[in-house]
Amino acid sequence: MNHLLSIDDLDRAALDELHTLAESFLEVTGREIPKVPALRGKVVVSLFYEDSTRTRLSFETAAKRLSADVMTFAVGSSSVKKGESLRDTIQTIAAMGIDAVVVRHPSAGAAHQLARWVDASVVNAGDGRHEHPTQALLDTLTIRRHRGPAIDGLRVAIVGDVRNSRVARSDVKALALLGAEVTLVAPDTLLPPSLAGWPCTATHDLESVLGDVDVLMLLRIQRERAAEASFPSLREFTARWGLTVDRAARLGPGTLVMHPGPMNRGVEIAPEVADGPRSLIAEQVHNGVAIRMAVLWKLLSGGSGGGMVA
Amino acid sequence: MAGSRPGGRRGAPPESITTQVPTPTPDPGDGGRFVFRTRVLSATDLRRAHTRIAHEIVERNHGASGLVLVGLHTRGPAIATRIAAAIASFEGVEVPVGCLDVAFYRDDIGRRPVAPAGPTEIPVDVTDRVVVIVDDVLQTGRTARAALDALTELGRPRAVQLAVLVDRGHRELPIRADYVGKNLPTRYAEDVRVRLTDTDGVEDGIELWGPAGDGAGDGDGDEGAR
Amino acid sequence: MTGPTGAPSLHPVATGVLIRGGRVVDATGQRVADVLVEGGRIAAVGGDLAAGMPSGVTVLDASGCVVAPGLVDLHTHLREPGDEEAETIHSGARAAARGGYTAVVAMPNTDPPLDDAAVVAAVLARGADAACEVVAGGCITRGREGRELAPLGELHDLGVRIFTDDGACLSDAGVMRRAMEYARSLPGAVIAQHAEDPALCGHGSMHEGEWSARLGVPGRPAEAESVVVDRDLRLAALTGTPLHVLHVSTAQAVESIREAKAAGLAVTAEATPHHFTLTDAACAGFDPVFKVHPPLRTAADRDAVRAGLADGTLDAIATDHAPHRTEEKERPFEEAPPGMLGLETALALTLTELVEPGLLTLEQALGALSWRPAAIAGLSDRHGGPVAPGGVANLCVFDPAATWEVDPTKLASRARNTPFAGRKLTGRVRHTVLAGRPTVVDGRCADGG
Repeated sequence: MNHLLSIDDLDRAALDELHTLAESFLEVTGREIPKVPALRGKVVVSLFYEDSTRTRLSFETAAKRLSADVMTFAVGSSSVKKGESLRDTIQTIAAMGIDAVVVRHPSAGAAHQLARWVDASVVNAGDGRHEHPTQALLDTLTIRRHRGPAIDGLRVAIVGDVRNSRVARSDVKALALLGAEVTLVAPDTLLPPSLAGWPCTATHDLESVLGDVDVLMLLRIQRERAAEASFPSLREFTARWGLTVDRAARLGPGTLVMHPGPMNRGVEIAPEVADGPRSLIAEQVHNGVAIRMAVLWKLLSGGSGGGMVA
Repeated sequence: MAGSRPGGRRGAPPESITTQVPTPTPDPGDGGRFVFRTRVLSATDLRRAHTRIAHEIVERNHGASGLVLVGLHTRGPAIATRIAAAIASFEGVEVPVGCLDVAFYRDDIGRRPVAPAGPTEIPVDVTDRVVVIVDDVLQTGRTARAALDALTELGRPRAVQLAVLVDRGHRELPIRADYVGKNLPTRYAEDVRVRLTDTDGVEDGIELWGPAGDGAGDGDGDEGAR
Repeated sequence: MTGPTGAPSLHPVATGVLIRGGRVVDATGQRVADVLVEGGRIAAVGGDLAAGMPSGVTVLDASGCVVAPGLVDLHTHLREPGDEEAETIHSGARAAARGGYTAVVAMPNTDPPLDDAAVVAAVLARGADAACEVVAGGCITRGREGRELAPLGELHDLGVRIFTDDGACLSDAGVMRRAMEYARSLPGAVIAQHAEDPALCGHGSMHEGEWSARLGVPGRPAEAESVVVDRDLRLAALTGTPLHVLHVSTAQAVESIREAKAAGLAVTAEATPHHFTLTDAACAGFDPVFKVHPPLRTAADRDAVRAGLADGTLDAIATDHAPHRTEEKERPFEEAPPGMLGLETALALTLTELVEPGLLTLEQALGALSWRPAAIAGLSDRHGGPVAPGGVANLCVFDPAATWEVDPTKLASRARNTPFAGRKLTGRVRHTVLAGRPTVVDGRCADGG
């Protein structure tokens, strides 16, 4: 495995392997000194053209816990100049000798393009609305840690701005790979223009799924969408598609609630629900570091298979 | 759990998504590179060996308290469990048994494919305890070195000792075992195969296999050790 | 060279040119014949003209080749003034000549735009000695902003006939109507529309459909083209002004144009080689070389474009040759500028994708590439005309069986952004003759380019 650009890069076996590796790394993150020398001497670059402290720190923490060296290039600091071409930027950085680059960019396909220009392993940390593979890996890891490794037939509903969500695109693929049944819940303005070939169904009606869904994943709704006339107001969005306290009370007893963050408390999810007992939001963040350790390890350690000369 | 940070994740971790016991290692499938030479230890020999090691551990450490046995995957934990059972039977003390994976401490990361062979779970804090690392075969000493590094990050043991079923020589690091089931001088090109009912599903035994095609005159294995 | 009245001012050619051994194909039919050119015009067409030929005549071997009227591109971006690193009038003209073109209509979205007589005059002067005839398109509105009319009359006086805000859609129906009405007072003027409603397109970078949904790229729906085409057809019926629809890319628009023509409306339309060859699936790897407006669309749209060319609904094949600096086309997909090269591959793609499979006859193909666009651009007096004595010698000689592979580093264009890199094509230009002067000989530009 050279890069992680999309969930399409993984088959079922590879996804299971990453989850298994993440389990090992969860144990590591639980230690007094949560660090292993595994990637000592490797250089991991984080190249973030979008402001995202949380995800960037999650990746950087993952790299540091593997004892790799980290270089940060983030927009907003002078190190990423808006005028300099992506190609020039990455080739200049790569000339310093790097092993992996974690990239987030507002344009779909940026990670794919980067992978054509450098020998280093490229990890897509979010490219426009296209994909965010490590988010889907940590989401599915979190579900499996609660529902067991086999989640065939598990009913998952993804609610909110699917059209503009790279998290949703990656989650749908990863969940399908694991055999889960996915339903998208949103008005047509927030669904993709075509669902042909998507391994999921869609509905406008959140009420209709509440009773028999096993996992409810909420997506962040952005204020700009209201300005684009995707729906009349945040108030109306919350009234029809928000996970209010009332709706949460009508969920089945074992239903789990997830959100990739950052949350708009009171919009797509009521604060009490976000902090409540069903919510796995904090655990998702915790699992994020471990899964990113697994991804970096897998890309930079040279593969799988056991056997060492004792 | 040993090594957990205070105020860590709420509750006990849910059941691991992988099975606890590593699946039996299939034969290397070496495509006929090796041929069977001789059975070095039988099931009975193995039982006597781990019983003797159990006695030596208790003798050396003046009792069975303050100990913890840590088996290195894949077969170490099974051997450690047997040793602990033996100690329990003649000493009446339950010595805690843990398992350790050393994948992240190996010195050949990036040179060859590496993956964890099992979880790391030690049921007690290793700090101020005597840790006996348990493994099936000792050869270059690199696994033991990696295990020492891993243990150091889990706490500060009072002492670390090493118990192995077979010491086949060809050390590449200044490592020695404290407890040895059998000293077995081998050529570097030979292969020592340990089989345990718990991990391999067949009768216990240790076999020596040699390279196919040429006889015993392969030269001493000390050259080109890699 | 052309003067302001459009009449050819012929570069006196000291020696004649004999095009020998080819098969002449034009609007009147096909015949095996040699063609003798003297003084910028066709002097004779017939069998074995070599005998009795005056001395000092340049012989261009056309054995195995088709000899046709030079191709005319209704839609070329020459990037000068404003982006000369991507292309200049001269480099673009050389690319055109290599592609068999003897005339191109230069799109007015330059910087400054061609909305001003002085800028147009400068472009025409610059193009006077170029490797093909450079005709200027003029903006419809000032700055292509879609509000105030550009000085259409002044531009018309300089010879401009095709008016377009291309690159931008003239989306205000009121302004479009007034532009059409005013243009009726300018003989030969054609209002040409880049039909893509900006409100429906938003920030889209590719066709809105299955692929854009999968790739998470905001899309430009087919309806963005068809609603504008439908509206403009109504306005054309209302005003009586000739409407030309640029780069038709949707089945919906083809259908509307077919119906309008059946009802007798004066509408013409063009389609590009990339729209009759490629689909939106090409964007799967996020390579910005495939990004273009209007975007590559579904297979059904591509097939409808082919059918439209076959039944004459779409009159012309136009390249929309859009050179870009390499670093611009290496920007992330959603940020990269739209547009692809086209001049040097248009004829070959037409032959490979349309003629070889039997969708178009050779005459239909050459009609779409030569005499029909010449008529739309008002250049029929000197381009696209029958290969007959007396006609201006604007000719294209090509080998319809030659196979070649597109190599972006070997193009005459300054830019490299062709989506056909590595593609094997059948059909290659061997010689091009502009007003009696060879501009391309044996596949290479006569001036060494």
